[in-house]
Amino acid sequence: MQKCMLGTKIGMTQIFTDEGIAIPVTVIQAGPVSVVQKKTVDTDGYNAIKVGYVDVKEKKLNKPTKGQFEKAGITAKKTMKEFRFENVDAYEVGQEIKVEDMFKEGDKVDISGISKGKGFQGTVKRYGTARGPMSHGSSYHRGVGSLGGASSPSRVFKGKKLPGHMGVDKVTVQNLAVVRVDAERGLLIVRGSIPGPKGGLIVIKDTVKA
Amino acid sequence: MNKMEIIRSLEKENMKEDLPKLMIGDYVKVAVKVKEGARERLQIFEGTIIGMHGSGIRRAIAVRRLSFGIGVERVFPIHSPKVDNIQIVRRGKIRRAKLYYLRDRVGKAARVKEDINKR
Repeated sequence: MQKCMLGTKIGMTQIFTDEGIAIPVTVIQAGPVSVVQKKTVDTDGYNAIKVGYVDVKEKKLNKPTKGQFEKAGITAKKTMKEFRFENVDAYEVGQEIKVEDMFKEGDKVDISGISKGKGFQGTVKRYGTARGPMSHGSSYHRGVGSLGGASSPSRVFKGKKLPGHMGVDKVTVQNLAVVRVDAERGLLIVRGSIPGPKGGLIVIKDTVKA
Repeated sequence: MNKMEIIRSLEKENMKEDLPKLMIGDYVKVAVKVKEGARERLQIFEGTIIGMHGSGIRRAIAVRRLSFGIGVERVFPIHSPKVDNIQIVRRGKIRRAKLYYLRDRVGKAARVKEDINKR
C-alpha cells in the first residue's frame, strides 16, 4: 500500500462531463491527518504509520491516548488508524498529510466505511433469496422456507441463511475513480457511491486491483 | 461549512448563471447541441414546459410540443452542457404545477393561455 487517508462522507451529487454525461459522485472531506507514530522493522517488526484525524477536545480523551499525541507533538485527535507502509521514511512524526499529497485526479481508490444499520431483516432483504407468490392462493410469501432435511441430518447446517441483524458492517467498495481533488477545501470527489451514512468515517486506500 | 453547504457550493460551480427564470406553462425554445459526425450544430426544440423536477444542478424541465399532430415530450437537464441556451417566448397563465392534462387534449384545446402580466 502506498496511499491512505481518513475522511468523512459529505454526500452525493452529480457532475456533468464535457460531453454532457451526468456522472454520480460522492463528496468526501478527506484529511488532513497527522502522523502520530512511525513503526519500523527495527522497533516493531513491520513498517507502518499511525495517523490521527479530526481535532477533539483534550478532556474527551483518557491519559494513555493523550500521551500519544503529546509525544508526537500534535493536537489531540478523535480517531487513530494504522496503515502498513513500505516507505515509512517519507513521513515524519507530527507531519500533517493533506489529501492533495496522497491522491490526484484519475487515481483508483478503495473506500471502506461502516454501512447504515438496517435492523432485524428477513432473508429476502438480507441475502437476496427469492420470495414466493404474494397471491393466487399462496401461503408462502417472504419466509425462510425449508431449513433442510428431517431425520437425516436432523440438524440445521451451519451458515444457513436466516433472518437477523443487517447493516453496521465494514463494507469496502473497490476501484472507484477519483474525479476531482479540491485542495482548497480538502475534498475528494469519487465516482459512484460509498458505504455509510453522511458524516460517517471513511478509510481511503489506493486500490488493490491496480 | 456544514455538509449541505459544501454540496451546494460544489454544484454552484458547475451550474449555469445566465439561465432565464423558467416557469411552468412557459413557451420556450431550447437549443440543444447535436453531434453529426465531426461537426456540432444547434437543434431548436420549441414547446410548453409541462413539468419541472429536481433542484440545484439536477433541475430538469419537461417540454411538450405537437409535431405533425403527434405529441412529443423531451426532458432537458437545464444545467447540462448539451443544452446551449433556453429562450422564453411567452409566459403561460396556469393554475397547477404539472400540466399533464395537456396530454389528453389536441388542437386548440391543447394551448396554455398567455399571462400578459408576467411578460
